[in-house]
Amino acid sequence: MNTNYLFLTIFLAVAIIFPLIPLAIAWAWARLFSPPKPGHEKLASYECGIDSTGPAQVQFQSHYYLYALVFLVFDVETIFLMPFAAAFLKLEFSAFLTLMVFLLLLVEGLVWAWAKGILAWK
Amino acid sequence: MELLERAPVELKNAFLRVLGSLGVPEGMLAILSAVLIIGTVIGVFLGLFALMSVMERKILARVQNRYGPNRAGPFGLFQPVADGIKMLTKEDLVPRAADKVVHFLAPVVMMVPALLVLAILPYGRDMVPVELESGILFFFAVGAGTEVAIFMAGWASNNKYSVLGAMRAIAQMISYEIPLVISAVTAAMIAGSLSPSVIVAAQGGFAAGFLPHWFVTTPWGFTAALLFYIGALAESNRSPFDLPEGESELVAGHLTEYSGFKYATFFMAEYIGMFAICGMFVTLFLGGWQAPLPFLTVVPSWIWFFGKVCFVAFTMVWVRATLPRLRVDHLLAFAWKFLLPMSFAAFLSAACWHYAGRGPAAWFLSLVVVGIPYLVLGLSFTSRFSVSRRTYLFSE
Repeated sequence: MNTNYLFLTIFLAVAIIFPLIPLAIAWAWARLFSPPKPGHEKLASYECGIDSTGPAQVQFQSHYYLYALVFLVFDVETIFLMPFAAAFLKLEFSAFLTLMVFLLLLVEGLVWAWAKGILAWK
Repeated sequence: MELLERAPVELKNAFLRVLGSLGVPEGMLAILSAVLIIGTVIGVFLGLFALMSVMERKILARVQNRYGPNRAGPFGLFQPVADGIKMLTKEDLVPRAADKVVHFLAPVVMMVPALLVLAILPYGRDMVPVELESGILFFFAVGAGTEVAIFMAGWASNNKYSVLGAMRAIAQMISYEIPLVISAVTAAMIAGSLSPSVIVAAQGGFAAGFLPHWFVTTPWGFTAALLFYIGALAESNRSPFDLPEGESELVAGHLTEYSGFKYATFFMAEYIGMFAICGMFVTLFLGGWQAPLPFLTVVPSWIWFFGKVCFVAFTMVWVRATLPRLRVDHLLAFAWKFLLPMSFAAFLSAACWHYAGRGPAAWFLSLVVVGIPYLVLGLSFTSRFSVSRRTYLFSE
């Protein structure tokens, strides 16, 4: 088994346990020394002292989705850039030109979105 | 000095040898070695976090012409201890409307990626916890987990401020992630590897006997470093990009309904994440553990790494003390219409620098390639505003 992944697995386990320990101590402290006294007002959603009306988990404004879509395109593109970057020193100039054509197509998409006003927050 | 350079590794090896001679089995030793490294890394970053939490308040105070915390211990250095005890003993309130399970999980989910990305940073010469071939990819892939945690916190709180803060946080973080990753890829491209150790090694040596070969000394590197720095500020939700928790409009954003140690966990994760991204910044552009001048190479490499990280963290506090918060539409426009095209320009400029032979001529070609888009974009942004002389009604 690759020791790198063993290390990362141990690290993941430690990283999960690490925040749980103080949370457990805080919970134990609360159990022993400061029993909770819940109340209607105390457990209400914080809204500067006014009773909350209507649902909080509202729908997103549609603009967020447009940003997310544009993001998706460029995020996938960065994934394509990574293997290119790793191999860059061994590649020929023509490979770089090919990548530039690929980038140009994506930038064209960005320019189109810009011209359409998708990037303007309304 | 040579001894100090190797001290952390040698100490660990000596400890393991002692355990080995006591008859601890081989497989157990491998796991113990990993736990020791992880414990040291987490311990060091916890120490940095504690120091930062008090130093940030002190620096901000000095900028604003006041003293800052100076009561708990010498120079107020025990302030983090006092804060920690307070956080531990505070009542943990969970609002009635909240989704209790997700509300509890969010701080833990926030903490895990912040710690896990520390595994791939090269802290010194031959001192990298995990020698991953695709370290940069791992860093950003795992680091993106904080976005999920922030949205979990905001949505599960079921509070209007929290949900709005979480929406803003997502929009901001995805927008700034692209320039961040592309500028990191630019540095990786010139080093020819996604492994952080190789990127640091590519920045070793000195030109003309004293100029370090750090990527920040080239025009494309300087541009990419600035883009990465701005992206790092936005990714760690620090001022001037702290809109998700802008207290003047959203109380505390996704943290509104958190109290007690859950809040402290968020706070800790944010700072450790900030240090991690500072460490990445140092690795990519500031030469990692390399010394800035040839005669300073006698100082242990890990001192240079942490010194640089502390310096970058200090500049982040400085920026926070200086700049006002942005508006949300300005924030997104800045990411998409300026940072993204500029990151492509930096990418192209780096390639031109490489193909022109990496010499002084390449330096100027790279400056031109990155300078033209900068001027065009910069002018297109500023030409819409007419700057006139300010007139004051009631002064003078």
